[in-house]
Amino acid sequence: MSVYDQIAQARSSAIGEIEQVDDMESLTALEPMLFGKKSTLGSLKRLMSEVDEAERAEVGQALNQAQTDVRDAHTAIKERFIAQNRRFQLETERLDLTESLAANKRGHLHLVTQTMERLEDVFVGMGFTVSEGPQAETDWYNFEALNLPAAHPARSMFDTLYLDLGERTEIGDGEGGEATNILLRTHTSPVQIRVMESSPPPIYTVCPGRVFRRDTADASHMPVFHQIEGLVVDHGISLTDLAGTLNEFTAAYFGGAIRSRLRPSYFPFTEPSAEFDITCVICEGDGCQTCQRTGWIELGGCGMVHPNVLANCGIDSEEWTGFAFGFGIDRLALMRYGIKDLRDMYTNDVRFLEQF
Amino acid sequence: MKVLLSWLREFAPIEGDPYELADHMSDLGMAVEDTRILDPLEGVVVARVAELRSHPEADRIQLVDVEVEEGDRLQVCCGAFNMSVGDLIPFATIGTVMPDGMEIAQRKMRGELSNGMCCSAAELGLGSDHDGIMILPQDLQLGTPLMEQLGLVGDVLWDLEINPNRPDAMSIAGVARDLAAKLKVPFEIPDWTISTSEGSEDTPASIHIDDGVLCPRFAARVIRGVTVEDSPLWMQMRLTLTGMRPINSVVDVSNYVMLELGTPNHTYDLSLVPNGHIGVRRAVRGETIVTLDDQERALLPDDGVIVNEAGDPIGIAGVMGGASTEISASTDAVLLELASWQPESIARTSQRLGLRSEASARFERGTDWRLNVNAVERFCYLLNHISSDGIDVVGEVLDAKGDLPEVPPVPVRTSRISMLLGRDFESEEIRDLLVPIGFDVATTDNEDVQLVTVPSFRPDTETETDIAEEVARHYGYSALGTTVPRSPDAGHLTTEQKFRRAIRQIMIGTGLIEAMPNPFLAPDDVAKAGLSIEDPVQLLNPLAVEESVLRPSLLPGLLASVAYNYSHRNTGVKLFETGAVFRNSGDSAALPDEHEHLGALLSDSDAFAVMGLLRELSSALKVELELTNTDDLPGLHPTRGVRVCIAGTEIGSVGELDPVVAERYEIEDRCAWLELRLDLLIEAATATADNTYEPVSTFPSSDVDLAFLVDEEVQASTIEATLRHAAGVELQALQLFDVFRSEQLDEGYRSLAFSLRLQAKDRTLTDEEVGAVRQRCIDAVETSHKATLRS
Repeated sequence: MSVYDQIAQARSSAIGEIEQVDDMESLTALEPMLFGKKSTLGSLKRLMSEVDEAERAEVGQALNQAQTDVRDAHTAIKERFIAQNRRFQLETERLDLTESLAANKRGHLHLVTQTMERLEDVFVGMGFTVSEGPQAETDWYNFEALNLPAAHPARSMFDTLYLDLGERTEIGDGEGGEATNILLRTHTSPVQIRVMESSPPPIYTVCPGRVFRRDTADASHMPVFHQIEGLVVDHGISLTDLAGTLNEFTAAYFGGAIRSRLRPSYFPFTEPSAEFDITCVICEGDGCQTCQRTGWIELGGCGMVHPNVLANCGIDSEEWTGFAFGFGIDRLALMRYGIKDLRDMYTNDVRFLEQF
Repeated sequence: MKVLLSWLREFAPIEGDPYELADHMSDLGMAVEDTRILDPLEGVVVARVAELRSHPEADRIQLVDVEVEEGDRLQVCCGAFNMSVGDLIPFATIGTVMPDGMEIAQRKMRGELSNGMCCSAAELGLGSDHDGIMILPQDLQLGTPLMEQLGLVGDVLWDLEINPNRPDAMSIAGVARDLAAKLKVPFEIPDWTISTSEGSEDTPASIHIDDGVLCPRFAARVIRGVTVEDSPLWMQMRLTLTGMRPINSVVDVSNYVMLELGTPNHTYDLSLVPNGHIGVRRAVRGETIVTLDDQERALLPDDGVIVNEAGDPIGIAGVMGGASTEISASTDAVLLELASWQPESIARTSQRLGLRSEASARFERGTDWRLNVNAVERFCYLLNHISSDGIDVVGEVLDAKGDLPEVPPVPVRTSRISMLLGRDFESEEIRDLLVPIGFDVATTDNEDVQLVTVPSFRPDTETETDIAEEVARHYGYSALGTTVPRSPDAGHLTTEQKFRRAIRQIMIGTGLIEAMPNPFLAPDDVAKAGLSIEDPVQLLNPLAVEESVLRPSLLPGLLASVAYNYSHRNTGVKLFETGAVFRNSGDSAALPDEHEHLGALLSDSDAFAVMGLLRELSSALKVELELTNTDDLPGLHPTRGVRVCIAGTEIGSVGELDPVVAERYEIEDRCAWLELRLDLLIEAATATADNTYEPVSTFPSSDVDLAFLVDEEVQASTIEATLRHAAGVELQALQLFDVFRSEQLDEGYRSLAFSLRLQAKDRTLTDEEVGAVRQRCIDAVETSHKATLRS
């Protein structure tokens, strides 16, 4: 048998052995037989010295080629085993990701809080600050300072809850200039008074918060609800400034398709006074059941701050003028989601709260 | 306030699309709540009741034979029994579509044919009277269309919302005046003077005003030959449509004049007023009067009364007449009163006595005293006009005056009006807007200033600013345009407000849901929640006793909310709230103590769940909280509660709910509870908010684990504090990582294992240095506490 035949035989027997192997372990066990000194090809190398000088290069080449072939065969099968092992390993790790058990869910802010923050953000964007004040108030801050002295007929517009702080006072009493009655604020306007008393104009602020009325709860009334009021006092503030500010707010909060308009109205604390309407958010002005086919819905009240109110806060109404506006937060929340009954927001049923 | 187009037209030639006119009225501040073009009611005709028969099969309906043409009878089944044979009634023929959309068809009712429908006023949309079939006057023509006969075809009825500052708009004439000015058409109150009866006898009556503030003007007149009868249909229809119920000719004229001119009035039977003398004064304490409704009313000194010659009250001024002088069917001579009253007095009296009426509503806003005599004339004119035999008016109109308001002209600066309204007005424009609504405008030497005299029907308008509103109203609010003022400063939330938001985010980040329970509690809710608050703030006039206490804590509200959820099978709920709580300040003239709290109630959770929440807050706000295990915190589990302080000031407590409390609310799980003073927490967070930063050390760190046997009496947090102090500046992190209790350990002791990571900023710590820190820590804990290192 020629040396070439020996090489060819050794090569094919090695490759044959490789092809017999069916797992990585056996392959590893086989490796010394393939590549070591004791391997057939290895022992042939030792025969090189016996080969004629002239043939040595050629035999060497054949030997190298055979070795390369064996290595290639080995590599190919090794890679196959690696891939197989990986497939097997991954298969054992298979998961049904829909089997996830109940985990900690993120909580939810109350719809009223979300609405309030949204409103605050819009006004902050328009250059306003946010002011706060106590919910229990004096008659002075809630009524008198707002140009609503005792026995003013417009007081009947506000069904007021009074506090019993030991000394029983007659409801609505407060005559004689001394307002001693403590009550739950019926609007956030007392905050406006506190702001005007404590900080000089220019003032650009909104007062969101909880307010109280002596109303029996029904689908559209709650004795406890939320309002946001705005106040601007500056040089040369006019009724058109009020209209423009409300327009800008309306577009920012409700979207560009929604406009606002003013209609004359009456409030003791503003003169001129107005109601402000917005384009119906349901039909966008075409007329529907919600807006009673008018295309508009009433949002709140507003007006130029009454000179008496400015005077009560020590502000010279000849030098400074201002406007104020206010509207309900709860109703906005209802409108946004088409909630029919205001009371739903206050049962605190998590099946309701989790939806927002 | 309901107004009818045909009635407005008696004062001004108002034309236009009903909905456009409605928009005009809304733009003038008289918000239109409803516009109704009166239904022509095609198919509804005048019919006569020819015969009434009982239904053979039913008691609640009867058979009516009606005649639409003489001699041509139709049988109808009818559920009303108020008509008699010969009555004229509205009859809806077959095919008629009623205002509510129902179509009249031939029907069988209990076996009897019904060929149409006899109608009530309400069914025709002509009023609220459902009680029976509308009985029509006999002079109507049989078979003719009803609405034509009533003169109502094409008429429009608007329902207006009138603001308290618009007494003038509480009348047809006042609405017509405002609308006419907007439409630029003339407005006029007609002259209704009628001649007095022959012989011109002296007026057999006199008036004396004792209190001129109470009564600025009192006009009166004697009318003889009065026949109390039904008023004509047109008047009945106008009253019905505008919300008054027709009674008889005298009452109807009285109401008609009130609606038309805004001047409530009253009639006395002259024969019951001795010598026709009437006085006006304030009541005396202890005085009583029996009013028209036969109720005896106690009077107070603030009330106005009308008295007779003897000084006995015969009426409560502006609120209700007395029974003793009431007119009756036999009344022949009437004394008509048309007075103005002090609005505040009427408001107080009518409110106190619970006698609010159309009349008191007008007096409360202030009626036009200049119109009193005209209104007397109008009353006489109308009563004469509608009475079958006419009336005799006797003598002149009596006109007694009290303190008539003197209204000085208001200087109005064109520049100021322009500034307030945001549009440059010319003085002439202002004049042209004000004159048509009854204001008198005179120029002055100063080009910028005009003198504006306010008419008596606008008592609310007193100042330049009030006049600015009138200018804006008639110029049109929308026509003024818009401008946007800019704050000189950037808008922002305060640091405190940002922290409040951050805290809410922390709460929802840990899975809590924000609730908003009722802040009003029942008196026993505080105790039910396990709290012991002696004297919570009470409401003086609560809606119900269950809502009479202002919450002193967030616990009762959140407990009720969790209980509500449990009762609806929503178990395991975790709620929080931020909100004000109230306590008596001890000073009845001062505001109660009001603080914002943060409360969280985690059902199906133990105390450690809420401790985790507390740690989140502490680390996010960088506020160091001092915790002290405390027994018997109100509402909390007697052995699972901790008092929370910041720098020695108590800010609240956390722990597990007392199981007894949970049981009372039928919450079957353990609940963890947290209530903190949110204001103090935010204050502390604001104070520690700084901009410092620690560079991260790049040198290797070393970990030391130490386990101690610690007496159960010693809080883990105190060991932690001791370790922190002893480890010194090289301590990078400290964590309790294992708590172990076992019978193998000494009795009353548990094992606490801490892990300390040590690291220096400038070098690698040597084994010796680490060892020294370790020893310091061990020594400190062992010497300061009942604790030993576990070997």
